[in-house]
Amino acid sequence: MPKTFLIDTSRCTACRGCQIACKEWKGFPAVHTKQTGTHQNPPDLGPYNYKLVRFQEYKMKTRVEWLFFPEQCRHCLEPGCKAGADAILEGAIIRDPTTGAIIFTELTKKLTEQQAKDVQAMCPYNIPRWDKKEGKLTKCDMCIDRLQAGMVPACVKTCCTGCMNFGERDAMLKLAQERLATVKKNHPKAMLLDPEDVSVIYLVTEDRKLYYEFAEARTPAPMPGMTRQELLAKAAAPLGRLLG
Amino acid sequence: MTNHWIDIKNSNAVLIMGSNAAEHHPISFKWVLRARDNGAKIIHVDPKFSRTSARSDLHVPLRSGTDIAFLGGMMRYILEKNLYQKQYVTEYTNASFILGKDYAFKDGLFSGYDAEKHIYDRKKWDFARDDKGVSLRDKTLKNPRCVFQLLKKHYDRYTIDMVSKVTGVSKQHLASVYETFGATGKPDKAGTMMYALGWTQHTVGVQNIRLACMIQLMLGNIGVAGGGINALRGEPNVQGSTDHALLWHILPGYLPAPLATQTTLAEYNKATTPKTNDPLSVNWWSNRPKYTVSLFKSWFGDAASKDNDFGYSWTPKVEPGEEYASMFMFDRLYKKQMKGAFIFGHNPAQSMPNSHKIRKSLENLDWLVMGEVHLTETTDFWRGPGVDPKKVNTEVFLLPCCHRGEKDGTTSNSGRWQMWHYKGIEPMGVSKSMGAIYTEIFHAVRDLYAKEGGALPEPILNLDLPKAYDADKTAMKVNGWFTRDCEVNGKKFKKGDQVPSFAFLTDDGATTSMCWVYSGGYPAVGKNLSQRRDHTQTPMQAKLGLFPNFSWCWPVNRRIIYNRAGVDVNGKAFNPELPVITWDGKGWVGDVPDGGGPPMAQGGKYPFIMHTEGLSQIFGPGRVDGPLPEHYEPAETPLTKNPFSSQMNNPAIRWIASDMDKFAKHGDPRYPIVLTTYSLTEHWCGGSDSRNTKVLLEAEPQLYVEMSHELAKEKGIKNGDVVEIESIRGKVQAVAMVTVRIVPFKVMGKIVHLVGMPFAFGWTTPGVGDSTNRLTPTVGDPNSYIPEYKASLVNVRKAVKVTELER
Repeated sequence: MPKTFLIDTSRCTACRGCQIACKEWKGFPAVHTKQTGTHQNPPDLGPYNYKLVRFQEYKMKTRVEWLFFPEQCRHCLEPGCKAGADAILEGAIIRDPTTGAIIFTELTKKLTEQQAKDVQAMCPYNIPRWDKKEGKLTKCDMCIDRLQAGMVPACVKTCCTGCMNFGERDAMLKLAQERLATVKKNHPKAMLLDPEDVSVIYLVTEDRKLYYEFAEARTPAPMPGMTRQELLAKAAAPLGRLLG
Repeated sequence: MTNHWIDIKNSNAVLIMGSNAAEHHPISFKWVLRARDNGAKIIHVDPKFSRTSARSDLHVPLRSGTDIAFLGGMMRYILEKNLYQKQYVTEYTNASFILGKDYAFKDGLFSGYDAEKHIYDRKKWDFARDDKGVSLRDKTLKNPRCVFQLLKKHYDRYTIDMVSKVTGVSKQHLASVYETFGATGKPDKAGTMMYALGWTQHTVGVQNIRLACMIQLMLGNIGVAGGGINALRGEPNVQGSTDHALLWHILPGYLPAPLATQTTLAEYNKATTPKTNDPLSVNWWSNRPKYTVSLFKSWFGDAASKDNDFGYSWTPKVEPGEEYASMFMFDRLYKKQMKGAFIFGHNPAQSMPNSHKIRKSLENLDWLVMGEVHLTETTDFWRGPGVDPKKVNTEVFLLPCCHRGEKDGTTSNSGRWQMWHYKGIEPMGVSKSMGAIYTEIFHAVRDLYAKEGGALPEPILNLDLPKAYDADKTAMKVNGWFTRDCEVNGKKFKKGDQVPSFAFLTDDGATTSMCWVYSGGYPAVGKNLSQRRDHTQTPMQAKLGLFPNFSWCWPVNRRIIYNRAGVDVNGKAFNPELPVITWDGKGWVGDVPDGGGPPMAQGGKYPFIMHTEGLSQIFGPGRVDGPLPEHYEPAETPLTKNPFSSQMNNPAIRWIASDMDKFAKHGDPRYPIVLTTYSLTEHWCGGSDSRNTKVLLEAEPQLYVEMSHELAKEKGIKNGDVVEIESIRGKVQAVAMVTVRIVPFKVMGKIVHLVGMPFAFGWTTPGVGDSTNRLTPTVGDPNSYIPEYKASLVNVRKAVKVTELER
């Protein structure tokens, strides 16, 4: 049975324990950042940042809304990136059958930067990042090494509020529905983001457009030389749904 | 904390005020959110909308420094709407006590004020007493001189209108908070208050917390599940170090520091051991001499005997009326009255107010010994901004300390749980634990004393300190042991046995204990209870979230203190759904009861055993600045008049005078903006640890100043601009974070802006900015002398030239 995350943003305090734990587990170096007038730092995902808490603030009618979005790869059930990569080099991106983790293998090093960009464009959530130094495509691997050692992903382990949940897909879908029903009482706009398409399900309390550009899945750009039909054939939901 | 972290989940209303709990105590929100799941309302009252506010039901912005006005309004509301818990107030507090003839309050001043010395004669606030010295009471609460009636009169001035004008909080918000929290006055409801440095770091800090306690007592929220007054203590083991007397005014275990005028142990005991003739009062502090003597026995071992007052005369004394708090110490240093200093685990050149003065003071040292994990703004003060190393004559010794993960020991959490932590890795390089460093230094000094002699040799030569530091042995000694075969409370003990609990400590030298409150935590050889990780509990405890077998907590593993106030006079819990303890006819079940004995109706004693009268203090004559909290403006205020009285500031403040201690005028047009300072999740205290943990610096890389869009527009500042913040004491550059999370306040009819800044960024980390405390004033609460970091005055402008931040 594949694994699934439920990221319940109604419980996120943006402590960024997940963001830091991810880096620490991976042994990634710190990247040089600057204060630019926001708490969100680094500004974007990167080869050393597979997890990033995004901050957005709004003055609503009666209160301030400060929205936190601990972003990471959604590990799509029918991943666009894999579809794209398969068209270039079989095995560069694989789906681990046990966990459902979408893994960028060492073979991604064989992709050219342009090919990597094309693969990146296939992701509806704009997740993969090009590691210039290593010349490879990178993103969250669900802490597959931890999973294989019987542990939960680092981001889940460190979360203290119940925002990051992880387990068997059935159990997580059930929990998601339960939490949604509870959260809706205080937040009528609460919803689950693409629960049928992804292994990383977000529960958000406000309109998904308010969180950041890619909280909503985008329509991917077809690969060069690929027809719309081919793209559709390669990529099922959520791409299929998006492409109509 | 009166309660503990898990217990927050039992609350019906959570008031987070003077704290940014989600950011500074992230784990607390595990329990706050559980309370919310159970239907509790979460209220955050704070100048800034923070990550805490984001997860609360209601955020109420408040002008920094007006908490007493806000809470005074709540007290008035509770009294006016009869929301208080009557049996609790009458039976368990001093609301019924009658004041003596000398007590008075007029125009912001209590009776007994000496305007020249800025001190009160607290004897004027005493209760009327019978011929045995027991306070007179009127349980009908109708006597016009009883505490209840005087309380009503005192807070009658704190109307919603008035409070709104002073605090800048809308009347609607005030009413909403008062109503929600006031509803916990019902016997079966509980509200908790979570506070931290947002309450303490004011010139009225102690009275902020006093008023909060008074409200909790009126609502019957102390001693019950989901209630309490809960100080969120810092991760640097603030709870443990306070218990073990980090501060100058106490010895370990909250024993008052001896005065120079108390020349014998008998005089000290007489002055510090309270007496009562009320047979219903336990008066636990009557045991104080047992704790004092046991402390001296643990310090001086066999050398301490009855004949030499157990070494009392070897113990440092303080001069009456003299202040030794760090801000006074640095003032002495600035005035060249000190020559040398040991500074361990502290970065005053970064973290203390008025950094320019602190940094200048350090140059007056002949020598400085520092124990640190990293280089800090203090270890390297001699090469700081604007300092010419050639002109600094201080000899600095830097001793590398190992980190917590590199040593065994204990940390006490806010719930008073003493928890053992194990060494994870060997200390890096030649670094050592502070215990080891101090032990080595001490023995080197003792060897010199033995060889060459020296001033006051007795405490040096007689100190009972093993040659090598051992955390386990130290923990055993904190608990204490028997120094000879003896019988205590009908039980026989052998020399060397561990003391089972502080009830067995004696004042005749038969026992040691380095901190009596921890006695019981290591009750037998090989039985270090702080190492317990056992989840076993009864169903009643499971419902409460109480884990009596996990670690150990002081006192005597009582998880919720004052719990006998949580039951009625018959021993039945006020909230039958969630009893902390309950009388089953023969004994108490649940938590460890406070003080033991049967319920009050069956001949039991008053529940607040640490107070001489046995009852908690709505009227508190023990603080230096008044028995009832009163609103005074911060030392630096945007107002020209205190709307509540002619006393602008806390009348008991002891002001420090030097050419570097400047204060803005009240309502100073040069500095019209209120500055409040704070920490942030990603950095720790002054930041030396976290700035050197580069992944944390990645998340929060540089000094910023949060401000409203309205202020930014007024000043022509855009989000991300580098700005200069200026107070009368200095200038600081920071990146503007223009945000909807800070709003202008309407105070006494005019707009007051507020800006907020963290203090974790310092020059030893290049390009991140430098100490925010170059702006803050050296002034503090007259009880605690915690500085007023939370409210001072500044101005803000766009920086012409960026000099302090990498761009």
